[in-house]
Amino acid sequence: MALLEVKDLRTAFKTEDGVVQAVDGVSFSIEKGETLGIVGESGCGKSVTCLTIMGLNPKRNTVSSGQVLWKGKEILGSKPRDLRAIRGDEMSMIFQDPMTSLNPVHSIGKQLVEAVQLHRDVTTRVARARALELLKAVGIPKAENRIDDYPHQFSGGMRQRVMIAMALVNDPDLLIADEPTTALDVTTQAQILNLMKRLQQEFGSAILMITHDLGVIAETADDVLVMYAAKVVEQANVDDLFRRPQHPYTWGLMGSLPRLDADVERLTQIPGQPPSLLRPPAGCRFNPRCPYVMDVCKTTEPKLEGAGHDPSHLQACHLDQETKDREAAKLLAATMAEAG
Amino acid sequence: MFRYLVRRTLWAIVLFLVIMFVTFVIFFMAPNNPARAICGGDQARPECIELATEKLGLDKSIVEQYRRFIGRLVPVSTPYSHGSFQTPHFKTPSLGTAFATSEELNTTILKAAPVTASLVIGGAVLWMLVGLAVGIYSALKPRSLIDRGAMVFVLIGVSAHPVWIGLILSYFFGVKWHLTPIANYANFFGAPADSGLPGGPWQWFYHMILPWCTFALLFSALYVRMIRANVMETLNEDFVRTARAKGAPERRVLFSHVLRNALLPVVTMLGMDIGVALGGAIFTEGIFQLPGLGRTVLLGINNQDLATIQAVVVFATVAILVFNLVVDLLYAWIDPRIRLS
Repeated sequence: MALLEVKDLRTAFKTEDGVVQAVDGVSFSIEKGETLGIVGESGCGKSVTCLTIMGLNPKRNTVSSGQVLWKGKEILGSKPRDLRAIRGDEMSMIFQDPMTSLNPVHSIGKQLVEAVQLHRDVTTRVARARALELLKAVGIPKAENRIDDYPHQFSGGMRQRVMIAMALVNDPDLLIADEPTTALDVTTQAQILNLMKRLQQEFGSAILMITHDLGVIAETADDVLVMYAAKVVEQANVDDLFRRPQHPYTWGLMGSLPRLDADVERLTQIPGQPPSLLRPPAGCRFNPRCPYVMDVCKTTEPKLEGAGHDPSHLQACHLDQETKDREAAKLLAATMAEAG
Repeated sequence: MFRYLVRRTLWAIVLFLVIMFVTFVIFFMAPNNPARAICGGDQARPECIELATEKLGLDKSIVEQYRRFIGRLVPVSTPYSHGSFQTPHFKTPSLGTAFATSEELNTTILKAAPVTASLVIGGAVLWMLVGLAVGIYSALKPRSLIDRGAMVFVLIGVSAHPVWIGLILSYFFGVKWHLTPIANYANFFGAPADSGLPGGPWQWFYHMILPWCTFALLFSALYVRMIRANVMETLNEDFVRTARAKGAPERRVLFSHVLRNALLPVVTMLGMDIGVALGGAIFTEGIFQLPGLGRTVLLGINNQDLATIQAVVVFATVAILVFNLVVDLLYAWIDPRIRLS
């Protein structure tokens, strides 16, 4: 039984301009201790997917359907009380911006202790000891002295460590990380990713890693979901995705990765912006930006199905297999050439 | 901390002196002649005016009058006689005597201040109760019926003049339905035995109901709007989402995470508003004939009585300065990001 299984998840927001279908038929599963990466541009529905799983979307204007099976049990739309028991205990989350994700008026110790005591019936002393243990584990220097400090007394990287400590304090089975390194500078990014990998081994948590950065995916993920405009366009094992990417959108993402080792004048980019989810384009949603666009792409939506070389590598593109293999091989060759 | 307090106090004294001087200048810039007013206005005899001018010290320059006024206020005096200063000694600061009635102004203020304080503090409690309850509820349920009703209330509250509100309330609750008194003040600690006036806590409360409602309406409206906006904004903060992601129940999210942050600016406003209002709620005191500072200063202005005006200004200034200091200290205590230095 998978730890988390998401089947045909759909989330829509009602707005004044109409209904925004932010997540449209997303399915995946995560096994114990595994890392699943979800990659895509801003506004493609990555974050909403996680918030829906956690049950953190605003109730007023959100409609979700599909299935979210947590350890085999349906949790989508279950009672707030039942969800709360899971949130922060079995399943926890860290967010993009560590500068604003901690409450400025409580000391970090208090916030960690709160996280423990919400789920464990322990004294404050025990909870505090546990908090301190986690602060040490995430590498806060002189944690004993800093536990009573307030968030504004920490740097961005240190605050993200505190967030990680808070997420792991109850030893969760799944850690959802929503762009955990986006707001940090590059050296700090690497430290945080290494820390997460180390802690994953220590704690044995599965990780759902949301990012727009394929580099982060390559570093951390076992399986990858590529999302575009609320839909999954490609889904594969990480090695297979990088070796044989099957979707023009994935090619675009890979082409726009900066490389330190290659002599490239400028980065290639995907032209245009992601479409508005209020009125997504007909057919394949990527067709207005796709350099390989054909007539069929504008009318018929491609199904998410197994690729020619491997049925477990899912992709949703009308292109013929030959073109896909040729482009994938070109991309790989370019990468190899750069790597020397 | 100690240095901060010392610096703040010194600044407060400077500010105080400037405000007093400005009051003096404004008084003499206006076409006032207190001496003539005392002698009966237009029919005043010149001899009377001359005598009064001398007695009130109005023949001296503004600066000299200001110096005398400050000299009375300073609690230390250094008598000057036989060409040398004597040993300084402490004395009770004095606000002087009223031009019109020769009453000791210390006594006047001491009698009027509790009335105004009753009105303002009671009013503040009332408007905070309304503001918190309605503001928070509206923020949690935007566009609900109660929220829409609250916004109508806010519109009325900020538009309606206290005089109008006061008259309407006294007409319906007092005159028509005989539910409340429509005027006068009842002393909380009981009225003087031979005065025949009502007194005691219950009478005090009973007489203050309408003034409180009148006075608190405008502030209730302003506070409902402010609290609603602050709570709504804070509800969208990332740390609130973090709290929910930790599994905190909504009640805890609201009280421990949202309100603590949302009410920080409210504390500032509350302190300043109370400070300002203590200088006299002129309209409310006027309608309900409460013998508070607002009425005192109004009488002072009518009588061209600089000493009385000045006495109320002293009290109001001190109240505002003290409340501002209290707010700053309180703020540093509840918001760890602010350190006084």
